[in-house]
Amino acid sequence: MTLLADVTNVDPAVAFIEIGVVALVLSMLARLAGRLGITAIPLYLLAGLAVGKGGIAPLDVSADFIHLAGEIGVLLLLLTLGLEYSPNELRDGLRSSAVPGVIDAITNFTPGFAVGLVLGWEPISAVLLGGVCWVSSSGIVSKVLTDLDRLGNRETPAILNLLVVEDLAMAVYLPIVAAVIAGREADETIVAVFIALTAVAMILTVSLRWGDRLSALLSPASDEALLLAVFGLTLLVGGLAQQVQVSAAIGAFLVGLALSGPVQARASAVVGPLRDLFAATFFVFFSFSIDPGDVVVVLIPATVLAVLGIGGKLVSGWIVTRPTTTSARGRLRAGSALIARGEFSIVIAALGASTVDGASLGAIAAAYVLITAVAGPLAARYADQLTTIVSRTGSR
Amino acid sequence: MSEVTETQLPGIGVRHEFTTSHGERLAVLAHRTGRREIAVYDRSNPDECSTVLHLSPDDTRTLAELLGASPVSEAIAAVQRLEGVAIDWIPIRPGSPQDGSTIGSGQLRTRTGTSIVALLRGDETVPAPGPDVVLNADDLAVAVGTSDGLRQLRALLEA
Repeated sequence: MTLLADVTNVDPAVAFIEIGVVALVLSMLARLAGRLGITAIPLYLLAGLAVGKGGIAPLDVSADFIHLAGEIGVLLLLLTLGLEYSPNELRDGLRSSAVPGVIDAITNFTPGFAVGLVLGWEPISAVLLGGVCWVSSSGIVSKVLTDLDRLGNRETPAILNLLVVEDLAMAVYLPIVAAVIAGREADETIVAVFIALTAVAMILTVSLRWGDRLSALLSPASDEALLLAVFGLTLLVGGLAQQVQVSAAIGAFLVGLALSGPVQARASAVVGPLRDLFAATFFVFFSFSIDPGDVVVVLIPATVLAVLGIGGKLVSGWIVTRPTTTSARGRLRAGSALIARGEFSIVIAALGASTVDGASLGAIAAAYVLITAVAGPLAARYADQLTTIVSRTGSR
Repeated sequence: MSEVTETQLPGIGVRHEFTTSHGERLAVLAHRTGRREIAVYDRSNPDECSTVLHLSPDDTRTLAELLGASPVSEAIAAVQRLEGVAIDWIPIRPGSPQDGSTIGSGQLRTRTGTSIVALLRGDETVPAPGPDVVLNADDLAVAVGTSDGLRQLRALLEA
């Protein structure tokens, strides 16, 4: 409630002007990203750095509003991610890619965890950094595959299934770390983790088993009624999940999973524009609260992690495509497509903002996402040429 | 028909692939949004596509029609090769005496010698409807017979 009170205390005119200018800048950045053929996320992060603490044009009046809007952005981001998948796709993905998924987790989680420990962080912050480094951005990866006309390629189903497994793994990982961050004593933490996992299992069961009932209930609604129902349900479940120390984002993800059939497609269509608006706000707010000076300080570990993260995803891509793709080119192409990290890395880092190492964690995550989200799509586009050059110099 | 393999693309749609009798490998990608892509695989390197076509829902209909894939256009093509046989599209208007009754009960074939070979109902087609299929207002009946027979049928459906 304090947030709302703060918002109403400020002069609306000044807040409108600030928010309006930020939105216009973001619009130009989104266009620029489209022209460069990259995702807008890294540009949004840069914009946030510029207007935040110690940035070139600090905002203060509208910060509270942007904060709340950013929190809603995470929920909508995860809701639409859940909407992407049907229960059948989850089952198939788990069946075909569980083993590569575990290898993917080990090769990409470990470097972040290790670097966190080397930097002398608390174990929980190191676990968070491992998570930041681990998960590919489903949004960026599927967009890259679509844009590069790779949906027909043989390696593509394996890549998409791996994304499903990673996103599902997040449904377990996020509640656990959220509970550990919230708990103080060891026994309290264990209880919190137990409650969190039970809650996730419950929502997951309900959504997979009775999801079609919910979908049937919503399907006669007009677009307007559907938008409000989905928005309300997402915030309600997210808020309730937060109350029992399960991250609100996962609550929203599970709501997305629960909706299926024609309602799923309609819900994605009506929520899409709202998601774009609020998610942009989320990325801006995330880097808004980061001091650009911190990013410069962590540039070396972030670069090391990015190199390890690129290598790790090449390994994941190589392994996950083993049953379907024979050529080395195809298998490296799969790995390069997986390099980009994005929304989940930022969500994880935002979760750890309150911990002792939160500031450095946020700075590393921002730099890491900046590097991989730009390098990933470029590497995917030129993967074949790179493979040719490397194999030529190798044989010389 | 050649063997078609189906692959789920989580979050995107479904992919169907088959090899043509010429030995070319082809995939049809159905996006959830209704967009379609046709991908032709490289012969020397089956991991990659050499050509990808992007089709809007409208393009897809045009292409399907041109390829003669829809049952209605196939039926028309067959009929047009027969001497003395005509085909006609007859709308069932609200208030038609046949609205709500089955094809059989109207004894349409006995009385006119024509056959209703398909019913177009909104976006859906009922191919080769049996005598127990009910005619509804706003259906479009595709009928085959002699020109005289079709004129009689039109009179019966519209009277």
